[in-house]
Amino acid sequence: MSESKALLREQEQALRELGEHVAAGLPNDVIDWTVAKGELTVNALADRIVKVLTFLRDDGNCQFAMLMDVCGVDWPEREKRFDVVYHLLSLKLNHRIRVKVQTDEETPVPSVTGVFSSAGWFEREVWDMYGVMFSGHPDLRRILSDYGFEGHAQRKDFPLSGYVEVRYDVEQKRVVYEPVQLSQEFRRFDFMSPWEGAQYVLPGDEKAGEGAK
Amino acid sequence: MAEVTIANYMVNFGPQHPAAHGVLRLVMELDGEIVERCDPHIGLLHRGTEKLIEYKTYLQAVPYFDRLDYVAPMSQEHAFALAVERLLGLEVPARGQAIRVLFAEISRLLNHLLNVTTHALDCGAMTPALWGFEEREKLMEFYEGVSGARMHAAYFRPGGVHQDMPKGMDEAIHKYMDRMLKVVDDIEVLLTDNRIYRQRNVDIGKISAKDAMDWGFSGVMLRGSGVAWDLRKAQPYDGYEKYDFDIPVGKNGDCFDRYLCRIEEMRQSARIIRQVIEQMPGGPVASEDRKVVPPKRGEMKRSMEALIHHFKLYTEGYHVPPGEAYAAVEAPKGEFAVYLISDGTNKPYRCRIHAPGFAHLQATDFLSKGHMLADAVSIVGNMDIVFGEIDR
Repeated sequence: MSESKALLREQEQALRELGEHVAAGLPNDVIDWTVAKGELTVNALADRIVKVLTFLRDDGNCQFAMLMDVCGVDWPEREKRFDVVYHLLSLKLNHRIRVKVQTDEETPVPSVTGVFSSAGWFEREVWDMYGVMFSGHPDLRRILSDYGFEGHAQRKDFPLSGYVEVRYDVEQKRVVYEPVQLSQEFRRFDFMSPWEGAQYVLPGDEKAGEGAK
Repeated sequence: MAEVTIANYMVNFGPQHPAAHGVLRLVMELDGEIVERCDPHIGLLHRGTEKLIEYKTYLQAVPYFDRLDYVAPMSQEHAFALAVERLLGLEVPARGQAIRVLFAEISRLLNHLLNVTTHALDCGAMTPALWGFEEREKLMEFYEGVSGARMHAAYFRPGGVHQDMPKGMDEAIHKYMDRMLKVVDDIEVLLTDNRIYRQRNVDIGKISAKDAMDWGFSGVMLRGSGVAWDLRKAQPYDGYEKYDFDIPVGKNGDCFDRYLCRIEEMRQSARIIRQVIEQMPGGPVASEDRKVVPPKRGEMKRSMEALIHHFKLYTEGYHVPPGEAYAAVEAPKGEFAVYLISDGTNKPYRCRIHAPGFAHLQATDFLSKGHMLADAVSIVGNMDIVFGEIDR
């Protein structure tokens, strides 16, 4: 057990050195960086992402030659509500790095398809699921959702059940789209116990509140 | 003779086609029989797994992972379990780790048996598919023995595995490996020196190491091009460093080399499985932390504390401290990763699933450009795509 902890500490030390190197190499593009749970996260400016990823790919001490994943995260309460998260892998140094940029619904993020070919579909998926635009992408179409789908399904304000459902209509001999009808109301159970800070008035406590007034 | 202008024509391949491996729709532009452009349309099996997981507790999310790559279900659960464990800071006991490695390698056998043989089917060889499926059935009996389900096992849980193996199963698996190796030899006899199979695969779908990295390839697709990279060796998890095995690497980066890598990986998996069984430690199979791993039923009958834990863990579930983790495993198809963001509640805030097949399929256009239409079938079959994980 202590062996794995020592290994983790060693890895984190190496990542810290890497984080310092990246921050020193890109002083105007990187906002900050952290090492947590054995993973290095770099926050960067959205409009500089091409420069950041090019540096990470080409710099001798980084050599992150592979872009493994690009994904979106939605934080609706934030002004810039979307994170676009890039996961890179260096085969030479056996390190991973996570680069995060922030954007909102209107501001496009520069596409990194020129740096990594693999970004093409990943960015299409982020566009499809979150509605984050990528400027300079050669082919920014929807990828996973249906032809003619409206909305962006993984936004937090998009309902889990969606808005339309499809079925095959025997009379019309084709698939028809209809508004979703749930035979039972959508339920989302709240398991938060009242002792752990419930966000609502507990049943029976309504009068207590009035009495205090 | 008068000049004739010949226009390219478009062909719609799939989504209902036996060589489309599920629901792949390829829109191809052909010049005669040469592929000029190939645009895969995916998403026909999109179920919104990532969104659904945001509405489920961590334990309820496990079965969704079986349904991603349904050819090798436990490898997916493995990545999720590792991600949750990293966020919780949970240690898995030695026996739990060994059982996980054992079944991850059985999953690899399941996957490669299906891929190698159905790819042979795409190239016109019928027999390997029949033989491979018979063996898959036997391997799935081991799945059934530990979890009760042939495919959708939900066996790797955060903290360990759900239950211990039944008595005598380790010997049965060890004994079965002899037959497994025999079947691998038999399949190889049918394919490796087969003239038709070679003509359909050698120098087809070639990709250099640099391009493979640029396209984000992983697993066999990367190793076939000569990059010796395997997460089991490079970033070992669950005690892979304890076992002795080799990583087969290709030379030419074509379909045939990738086939050879898969064949050799099956032998290496059998080697790992034998070592795991021979070194199998005793002790618990899951963490003893009762705030995460539910107690067994027998314990519940005797202990009030256990009963409370059981009730709380199966209704509310456990709360995971805020943070984020990216856990990757060497799934049979390549790097399968789960990027988990927790906000401190009992449900994941975001669960990103990185499927290796998604990156591979993206390069279809790059790989099949200039090849014949029939070669595109071989390339797609060799990429080892399963739509459960690509469409998610």
